[in-house]
Amino acid sequence: MTGKKYLYLVGLACTLLMVLPFAKSFAQEHVAEAKVETKEEASKFNASEIIFGHVSDAHDWHFFSVGEHHVSLPLPIIIYSKTKGLSIFSSAKFGHEEHREVHNGYTLDEHNKIESEDKSESFYDLSITKNVLSMLIGVVLLLIIMLNVAKKYKQNGAHVAPSGFQNALEPVIMFVRDDVAKPTLGAKYQKYMPLLLTLFFFIWINNMLGLLPGGANFTGNITVTACLALISFIILLINANKHFWGHLLNPPGVPLPIKFLLVPIEIMSLFIKPIALAIRLFANILAGHIIILSIISLIFIFSKMGQNPAAGYGFSIVSLAFSIFMFFLELMVAAIQAFIFTNLTAVFIGQAIEDGHGHEEHDHHHEEATA
Amino acid sequence: MELLKPALGLFFWALLAFMIVFLILKKFAWKPILNMLNERETGIANALQTAEKVKGEMSAMKAENEQLMKQAHEERSAMLKEAKEIKEKMITDAKELAKTEANKIILDAQDQINRSKMAAITEVKNEIGLLSVAVAEKILRNQLSQDSAQDAYVKKLTEEIKMN
Repeated sequence: MTGKKYLYLVGLACTLLMVLPFAKSFAQEHVAEAKVETKEEASKFNASEIIFGHVSDAHDWHFFSVGEHHVSLPLPIIIYSKTKGLSIFSSAKFGHEEHREVHNGYTLDEHNKIESEDKSESFYDLSITKNVLSMLIGVVLLLIIMLNVAKKYKQNGAHVAPSGFQNALEPVIMFVRDDVAKPTLGAKYQKYMPLLLTLFFFIWINNMLGLLPGGANFTGNITVTACLALISFIILLINANKHFWGHLLNPPGVPLPIKFLLVPIEIMSLFIKPIALAIRLFANILAGHIIILSIISLIFIFSKMGQNPAAGYGFSIVSLAFSIFMFFLELMVAAIQAFIFTNLTAVFIGQAIEDGHGHEEHDHHHEEATA
Repeated sequence: MELLKPALGLFFWALLAFMIVFLILKKFAWKPILNMLNERETGIANALQTAEKVKGEMSAMKAENEQLMKQAHEERSAMLKEAKEIKEKMITDAKELAKTEANKIILDAQDQINRSKMAAITEVKNEIGLLSVAVAEKILRNQLSQDSAQDAYVKKLTEEIKMN
């Protein structure tokens, strides 16, 4: 099995080495072309601006625009400043993108970030942004679903076959328990089940809300994934046992000079774990959003390429097919990434709470064998 | 690069919301759901165990029943055999008894017959004796009715006595 995999990797590497020089020259040509194109098309259609506008956080929830008229939901701005205190007002007070207004000494910059007129003023922006609102919707949905399911369990007791939503969720809960928690956490899995289940369903439901047309890119935001990774990292640090810290800071059976090399690497790896966790979820969800938006943007790019928009109409079929395919893929990714985040959290915690028994026994046998 | 800059507000709200959701779900959803799942699994395991046990008991009971049936069969055939023997014995006994009774009756009858016969014979003998005496008397009367015949007879008798 592993031999086959190895061969596969070698083959892949060879192919890449062969293709790479061509790819490089092709890319250069492409960039040159693109530069010319963007100069011409900038005034007409800017795909990157639209895409980044969609995947970034915003202070209003923009649904669609008809000509110059923007249909959007203004969201509350909450700012705490040491000098001015707390100020809460609607984001409509800032005007709209073409015409920004100043309210209470604050306004929005070109990245939709709040800035103060007084540059020296330090303030905290705790606004309910598009992402926060999306998360709140997700949270409310999650609470309604889960509390209803729990109620059904309480009503029916343990010996009635599950039905409805309960039936849909039970295999997922059992999956998290039997395939995520039990194999990685061992006997103490029950303690971490609430955390793992909450992480899994929180990420999953928000991933799926992000896929809805007009939805926010909540789980594709580095702040959110960092927050979730931080939570699992803190749980890991709180629960890590002596054996874990011992192996980390003073690896047994390693000569002293190597320890100087090994311990910093081990400490680094400890911090890389949550960082990788955060970046993995962020990049996967963001990439999904960008791909779908890019495919849809292609219609407009094609329609504005020539004199008539026929190319755009023609491409819309291809684009639609692609985006439907991507939607299904993203639906899968939504669940898979939630599972991966949960599973890796469980694996990291499992490593931190593992008692040394198995390991020590192994070492012991090894010593005996060498003796 | 704007995408890689963390935002404080979002971080704050995400952390707060996650914590609240975690605490609420932990207490009101995960705990009852996981408990129920565990309970159901142990319930099913117990039910299976009980079923297995009952199955064992059933087969033991069946074996016992068969044993009982076998015993009953044996007893029945033994009883039948005994009854048959008793019947046969009774029949032979009755036959034996009847035979002896019959024999006894026959013997009695024969005895009676013999006795009756003997009595009849005796009577006949007596009758014959009387008859012969009467006949002899009549003959003698007839022969000795004349004096000469009487004399001759006396003479003869005397001769016979003399001769003796």
